[in-house]
Amino acid sequence: MRDGLYTEMARDDDVILLGEDIGKNGGVFRATQGLFEEFGDDRVVDTPLAESGIIGTAVGMAAYGLKPVPEIQFSGFIYPGFDQIISHVARLRSRTRGRLTCPMVIRAPYGGGIRAPEHHSESKEAFFAHEPGLKVVMPSTPADTKGLLISAIRDPDPVVFLEPKLIYRAFRGDVPEGDYEIPIGEAATRREGSDVAVFTYGAMTRPTMAAADSLAEEGIDCEVVDLRTVSPLDREGIVEAFKKCGRAVVVHEAPKTGGLAGEITALIQEEALLYQEAPVKRIAGFDVPYPLYSLEDYYLPNEHRIADGIREVVDF
Amino acid sequence: MSTLQREPGERVQILDESGSVVGDLPEISDERIVDIYADMVLARHLDGRAVSLQRQGRMGTYPPMSGQEAAQVGSAYALDDPDWIFPSYREHAASTVRGMPLERTILYWMGNANGMDTPEDLNIFPIAVPIATQILHAVGMAWASRLPGHSDEAFVAYFGDGATSEGDFHEALNFAGVFDTPTVFFCNNNQWAISVPRERQTASETLAQKATAYGFEGVEVDGMDPLAVYSVTKQAVEKAKNPDADELRPTLIEAVQYRFGAHTTADDPSVYRDDAEVDDWRAKDPIARLESFCRDRGLLDDETVTEINEAVRSRVTEAIEAAESTARPGPEELFDQAYARPPPELEQQYAALEALREQYGDEVFLQ
Repeated sequence: MRDGLYTEMARDDDVILLGEDIGKNGGVFRATQGLFEEFGDDRVVDTPLAESGIIGTAVGMAAYGLKPVPEIQFSGFIYPGFDQIISHVARLRSRTRGRLTCPMVIRAPYGGGIRAPEHHSESKEAFFAHEPGLKVVMPSTPADTKGLLISAIRDPDPVVFLEPKLIYRAFRGDVPEGDYEIPIGEAATRREGSDVAVFTYGAMTRPTMAAADSLAEEGIDCEVVDLRTVSPLDREGIVEAFKKCGRAVVVHEAPKTGGLAGEITALIQEEALLYQEAPVKRIAGFDVPYPLYSLEDYYLPNEHRIADGIREVVDF
Repeated sequence: MSTLQREPGERVQILDESGSVVGDLPEISDERIVDIYADMVLARHLDGRAVSLQRQGRMGTYPPMSGQEAAQVGSAYALDDPDWIFPSYREHAASTVRGMPLERTILYWMGNANGMDTPEDLNIFPIAVPIATQILHAVGMAWASRLPGHSDEAFVAYFGDGATSEGDFHEALNFAGVFDTPTVFFCNNNQWAISVPRERQTASETLAQKATAYGFEGVEVDGMDPLAVYSVTKQAVEKAKNPDADELRPTLIEAVQYRFGAHTTADDPSVYRDDAEVDDWRAKDPIARLESFCRDRGLLDDETVTEINEAVRSRVTEAIEAAESTARPGPEELFDQAYARPPPELEQQYAALEALREQYGDEVFLQ
C-alpha cells in the first residue's frame, strides 16, 4: 500500500493524501508511514475529524484537477461521508455531462478477524457496489494491492478501495518494485480446478484456499477465483470459470442478504444456465449486526464452513 | 451571576495545581468530596489494570483515560439519579459513578456481549464508538422529555475535542438551541484526537465559544479540577431543568484536560507528541490535586488514603476475576437480539451454524 502510494506521489504531483492521523502518525495501520516526511504536509494532510469534510472537500479538489486519495480510518466510520460519496462522488461526471469529474481513491480498511472494538470489523462493500459511477476494489495480496492502487489512482473515475485489515499484518508476500498496474475489473485465478468454481475476494481468499487444499485431499478439485474488484465484476472470467465446472460457491464475509454473492449468482443464471449442475451456494456472514469480538469466529466464514458448503454443492 | 455567565475563554478553576482554593467552593458535603477522590483513584487503578490486561492478551483494544478522571467523576457527581448520560468510548469513570458495574465495563472491552447489558435502572445510553453520533441522541431524548406527560431530567452528552469537527456536533447543538432541550454538552477536550492536536480541529480560540453561535452558553472549565467540573456541571444541570425566563436550557462545557496515555492500546503517542508536554500536564494531575485539598482540610490522611487504595485494588481485582470467569456467550447471542421477531431466513442461518458445530465440533470455530 505504502509503496503504491509512494510510486504515484513521486510520479504525479497532483496526488494528495488526506485523512485522520495519516501525517506524522503514518496512519493507524502505518499505510502512510514516511510519506509525510517525504512529501510534506501539503500533500499528506491531517484533517479535522470529519469524514464528510474529508470526502466532500476531496470532491472539490478532484474537480479542480487534483487526484485526492482520502483515507477513512476504518470503513465503519465512513458513513458521515456516505452522502458525499453517493450524491456527489459517484455522479459528478454524469451531473456535469463530463465537464467536471471526480477521480479519487477513497481508501478504507474493512473486515473482521482482528479482535477489534465495535464498528471496526464490518464488510459493507455491497453499499458501494450498488452505486452506479463507483468502482470498488478489494485486494487480497500485497502485490495486488500495489498494482490495483496504482490503477485506481490513474483511473478517470472514483474508486472505493477497501483494504482487508486482517491481512495487513497476517502474512508477507513479494511486491514487485517500481511502477506496474493491475487492471481494475480483472479477476485472478488462484487455483485451477474442474469440479467447482469458488468465487471470493479480499480476506476470504485465504480460508477459501485452505478449504480448497483440504478438499483436494478428498478428491474435490476446486477452481478458486479471487475477484479483486467487486464493481465492475469480471463477468467474463466468472462465466468462463463457471462453465468449466458447472457448479459454483461464492464466499464473502459481508452479510448474506443483499451481498455480492447474490449478484454473482444472478450473473451465472443469466449467462450460463444450461451449464448449471447444482444450486449456487452462498457462504457469507450472517444477517446480524457484527458481534463483539468474542463471537466473531462464529460470524466469519472459516475454512471448515467453506469446505462444508463446497462439498454440499459437489455432492448435489 | 451564574458561573456559566462569563466569557467562554475565561476558564473556571476552584483548585489550582497544588490543590489550593482559588475559586468559590460549590455546596457539597465533605463526604461526597472524599467519594469523588475515591472514585478518581478507582478510575486510575482500573485504567492501569486494563492496559496491562490488554498487554497480556486478556483484553482487546482498550482506550485509556488516565488524566481525565476529574472531568468524568466530577461531572457525574453533579447529576441526579433520573438524569441520563450518553458516553463515548472513554467514559468508563463517568459510567462507573453512575452505577455501571465494573465487571461489565471490563467484559465489554473483553469483547463479551454481557458487557453491553446495562442494568435496567441505570440511565446510561450505550457507549458510542463512532465519533459525535451520541450527541444527537442526547438531544433527542432531552427533546422527548419536554413533551407533555414527560418529566424533567437533564441529559449529558460526553464527547472529545475531535468530535466537535463532525457534522453531528453542529446538528446536535443547533437542534438543542432551536428546541431548547435540557441537554448538557460535555466536551472532554484532552488536546489530542489520536495524533491530531486540538489546534488542528478548529481555528476557534476555544471550543466553548462555539455555543455562542447556537444561542446558548458555553463555559470553559479546568477539566483536571474535580470541584470546578462539579460546580459547572451542577449549574448547567440546574439550568437545563429550571432555566430563568431569559435563558435557554442547553450548555456547552469545555473541560480542558489531557490524556496521559495512548488513544488506545493500539496507539503509540511517542510518535506524535513530546514527553515534555506530557510531563507539563502530569503536574496538573487531578488526583494529587484533590488529595492535597482533602489533606489540608483534614478529610484525608495517610491512613484513609491507604484504606481507599486498598479498597479500590480489591474491588478492581474482584471485577476482573468476575469478568474472566464469565463464560463466553454462545453463538445464539449472535442472533437473539437482531430483531424482536427474527425473519425465517435468520432462523435458518442459525440452524445451519448449529448443524456445523454439531458436525465438526465447536473447536473449529474457536481458533
